[in-house]
Amino acid sequence: MILSIASGKGGTGKTTIAVNLAQSLDGHTSVQFLDCDVEEPNAHLFLKPHVFQSKPVFLPIPEIVEEKCNYCGKCADVCAYNAIAVLKDTVLVFPELCHGCGGCSLLCPEQAIKEKGQRIGVIEFGVTDKIQFIHGKLDIGQAMSPPIIRAVKNHMNLSQMIIIDAPPGTSCPVIESVKGSDVSLLVTEPTPFGLNDLRLAVDTLRELKIPFGVIINRSDIGDQQVQDFCQKENIPVLMTIPMDRNIAVAYSKGLTIVETQPVYKKKFLELFKEVKKLKK
Amino acid sequence: MKQLVIISGKGGTGKTIISAAIATLAQNKVMADCDVDAANLYLLLQPEIQETRPFTGGEKAIIDVAKCTRCRECVNACRFDAIAENEDEEIFIDPISCEGCGVCSYVCPADAIKMEKAVSGEWYISKTKYGPFVHARLGIGEENSGKLVAEVRKKAKEITEQSNLDFVIIDGPPGIGCPVISSLSGTDLALVVSEPTLTGIHDMERVVQMASHFKTQTACCINKFDINLENSAKIERWCEENSIPLLGKIPFDEEITESMVQGIPLTEYTNNSASKEMENMWRKLYKLFTGEEMRK
Repeated sequence: MILSIASGKGGTGKTTIAVNLAQSLDGHTSVQFLDCDVEEPNAHLFLKPHVFQSKPVFLPIPEIVEEKCNYCGKCADVCAYNAIAVLKDTVLVFPELCHGCGGCSLLCPEQAIKEKGQRIGVIEFGVTDKIQFIHGKLDIGQAMSPPIIRAVKNHMNLSQMIIIDAPPGTSCPVIESVKGSDVSLLVTEPTPFGLNDLRLAVDTLRELKIPFGVIINRSDIGDQQVQDFCQKENIPVLMTIPMDRNIAVAYSKGLTIVETQPVYKKKFLELFKEVKKLKK
Repeated sequence: MKQLVIISGKGGTGKTIISAAIATLAQNKVMADCDVDAANLYLLLQPEIQETRPFTGGEKAIIDVAKCTRCRECVNACRFDAIAENEDEEIFIDPISCEGCGVCSYVCPADAIKMEKAVSGEWYISKTKYGPFVHARLGIGEENSGKLVAEVRKKAKEITEQSNLDFVIIDGPPGIGCPVISSLSGTDLALVVSEPTLTGIHDMERVVQMASHFKTQTACCINKFDINLENSAKIERWCEENSIPLLGKIPFDEEITESMVQGIPLTEYTNNSASKEMENMWRKLYKLFTGEEMRK
């Protein structure tokens, strides 16, 4: 089963839920943990995996074979991202705009374009006692995170329980992370910002036709509107976690809730039961 | 004209709260919300929308099943796994996975695939009691958030120049990728909002490196600094070692949530220590920008 943890708004507790669930399940279910927030991966700070392998991720970008090129301009015409410009006797490639679609090399009439891999990040493989761990890291200064997310997800082991920690937002990196999930959990907080971004995340998951439930973190701050919204929209609220200074302090040190308050393990196992019920 | 962008790497550290406070403190500026896929600043600035414009980010491939011969050339050429066969053995293009490269339309021998411009969001020019505000909404699951950010910034800059104003204040998105780079490029200063957690520190370091990669000057502040004083001291040391000015330490404050619920920027809601610290921060930012002390 593939379960993704997403949120719309950042800082609501996606990573907290993902790592605590993973730690609660270990021993019961074999877990593969994928941190797909490749711009700012954080789960390793809590799970502290032993990293045993790392693999660079390359994006195929065009390389012009000058001897064959007759500067016809076809490549620049077909590039939807303005990543190639053809001048009178030279071709300029802008790698930071390239999506690696391969159109230019495929369609060049002179076969004058080869592809070369440009490094945009890395994926790292690790283990804890019980959890298989993979995360992606976008290189500093690179713009394109979806290819790294795809690289992480290519290593999914479907015989395990897969937990995906998604990035915040609702645009392409989020879609890439949650696509193909059996169930998603949306982590929110009961504030106007939390509600606003929860609505967007709900629209996204509905469009992707992924069943989902909501977790309300710091549930006793703010107002009632998130609860009311979930009730009105028939969205199951699967867990609430009150504001707890002890949890916040433990988090700040890289400790999980179940490590510092083991009673929570039971709550996360109950959460997992509810998650399984949502699976189509 | 000076442009300030507020970023953090990690989400939820308080970018928007601080942006809204600056909106109440800075004179002669345009506000811009560049967190286009989860925009929140409007909830505090209460804008009156004056103008709405459609945003057409890119194209999407549309297949005409009647013309399709099911040769699968497109399936093989698509690098985004956006094309597949459905249960009815028809070739189907998933608009959410499609990145609009158009390769499928070029390779199709039956001329069955067309590229169509897709409206993928809106942007707005608004009036607020704090001055002009440019903001946007990206369609669900859309690409091109960086391009929409660029549109918002272009308009904000234009208004600033036309009205002879002094500042563009940009509320940025989380992360370090495409929309962040687009929010940051060409700004005069990036204010990085950190928090004293291991994740906050980790993400601050990455986002500061990203800003310096693009040669943008950075300054830092710590939100909720009293949650972990040891980690706050680490951030202070790190800033000092890297010659990054630390402009403020904002205490954990329950009134921040209350002010958000009321839809009012903190600095207008209360005059407590968090609110005062934000005023101090703006005074320091003003001095960094202009070299002069702010006049009352």
